[in-house]
Amino acid sequence: MASIDRADVEHVAHLARLHLDDDEVDRMQAQLSNILEAVETLRDVDTSSVGPTASVIELENVMRDDVATAPMPRAVTLANAPLRDDPYLRVPTVLEEGR
Amino acid sequence: MSVQLVPDGTISEASEALRDHSVSARELTDACLARIERDGERLNTFLAVDPEAAQHAADEADAALARGEGADRPLLGVPYALKDIFVTRALDFDGSPLPGGLPTTAGSFILEGYLSPFPSAAQARLEEAGAILLGKTNCDEFAMGSSNENSAYGPVRNPWDETTVPGGSSGGSSAAVAGGQAYFALGTDTGGSIRQPASLTGTVGMKPTYGRVSRWGMIAFASSLDQCGPFTRSVRDSALVLGAIAGHDPLDSTSVDVPVPDYVAALTGDVKGLRLGVPREYFVAGMEPGVEAAVRAAIEVLRDLGAEIVDVSLPSTDRGLATYYIIAPAEASANLARFDGVRYGVSAAADELWENYTRTRGAGFGAEVKRRIMLGTYALSAGYYDAYYVKAQQVRTLIKAEFDEVLSSVDALLAPTSPNVAFKLGAKVDDPLAMYLNDACTLPVNIAGLPGISVPCGLSDGLPVGLQVIGRAFDETTILRIADAYERAAGFAELRAPTAHA
Repeated sequence: MASIDRADVEHVAHLARLHLDDDEVDRMQAQLSNILEAVETLRDVDTSSVGPTASVIELENVMRDDVATAPMPRAVTLANAPLRDDPYLRVPTVLEEGR
Repeated sequence: MSVQLVPDGTISEASEALRDHSVSARELTDACLARIERDGERLNTFLAVDPEAAQHAADEADAALARGEGADRPLLGVPYALKDIFVTRALDFDGSPLPGGLPTTAGSFILEGYLSPFPSAAQARLEEAGAILLGKTNCDEFAMGSSNENSAYGPVRNPWDETTVPGGSSGGSSAAVAGGQAYFALGTDTGGSIRQPASLTGTVGMKPTYGRVSRWGMIAFASSLDQCGPFTRSVRDSALVLGAIAGHDPLDSTSVDVPVPDYVAALTGDVKGLRLGVPREYFVAGMEPGVEAAVRAAIEVLRDLGAEIVDVSLPSTDRGLATYYIIAPAEASANLARFDGVRYGVSAAADELWENYTRTRGAGFGAEVKRRIMLGTYALSAGYYDAYYVKAQQVRTLIKAEFDEVLSSVDALLAPTSPNVAFKLGAKVDDPLAMYLNDACTLPVNIAGLPGISVPCGLSDGLPVGLQVIGRAFDETTILRIADAYERAAGFAELRAPTAHA
């Protein structure tokens, strides 16, 4: 399992919405295989009766008071957008006609 | 007063001088700005500085000091720096840039030019305390790294030896404090990113208990591990800054509502009768002999001060690295999904939305961030989730249980902070695993959510070594007390980098 091939790298990059060029895929394949081999050491730890820890503090649902407050002003929300068409965020084509 | 004007003194000294009006906040600020002007570009410590804004804040602090407001505000008029992973308010309510506002990049191209509409809790609390923000320090991209060589804006150089790294990921903060550019700086620590750079630069670095300090406005790397804490030039200073930033914040649902003790009052200098455990697994193979010698000598200093030194075992220590390198990347891959080139940051401007996401992320993230996103996505993906992610969370339970058990019979643990001193720039950039090993002694503490502090304990090959003191959850008081007693007895409190002296 520790060794991953190019197709695995490309599949994971797709899941992560991350464009990698060919050189990066090669490098990633070698480096991820090495790192995964190193983390394989966890396999021989007996955890059959151990629960998982997601957080070290005892978390209950943390609720704020249900009080309406002023939202962030629209101009502030848009201020950092790389593409905009006031008063909207602009994005490239999502679905083209006929697809 | 020329001593105070060379900014390599402590906050405590500066604060006293401010109160007896022998120095002004403006003078302290100008002295730091002069250091940044002289060394900042060469050491690459800062990503953003606004001298006028800092001077303006200093003048306001001086006015407050003149009104006698300094008595219960120890940080009033003291210049500091923030790691560029803390957002700083830079937008007005109409969306226009705020004069004096500083951009926030997290050390990444993907956030180049980002202006935050709100301040981080850290900035807000320190502003309330009257501290003077000088600027934002360089860091590894999204806090992922141990050498500060992963910043999109270039590596930081260590003021002790400019051919070496300052540690990471909070390398700009550690180098700024070591180089006399700020009286203190904040960093973040997910696997050692405060303690390890503190160790490599001869500064004091504290990672508080998970939940002790608000993470609001701290750009998230691994949300179950991240904590914020100070770099200072003394343990007393660390206690002062922690007191200002600690405490419950309703804006961070993982911040814990427990009382914040008076950390400075706890610094009695007395460790008689404390039981201090030395976990044998922390003296790892491959550790530099000079580092081991300095840490062992530090343990003897504490023994001579009357502490009882106990040999203890944390058998799962060598699983820490593997556990961390599943959990942290998994959380990072989820946190970094928000950087998609739509609402903020750079955009690749592709013709199709899907393509725009992948191209923006492919061009905007650096190699280490991509590696961790890939590793984390893999560990969370169908078919591997149980084998990697759940398994790592189970081992996390074991690691935490071992700490809890050992810390029920000793008051704190003593260990090296880093197995090595500062290494040469470029020495480990092509070997991710060798780089990850830098944090072997610090990351188990994050896995267990405990507080840890690194305090200088001498030099090896002319470079600083750090002693790490690890405590029980929410018991920062005891580790500060131990580190302070050690600092007073050991005589390394005056250690300064050559750059800071010059």
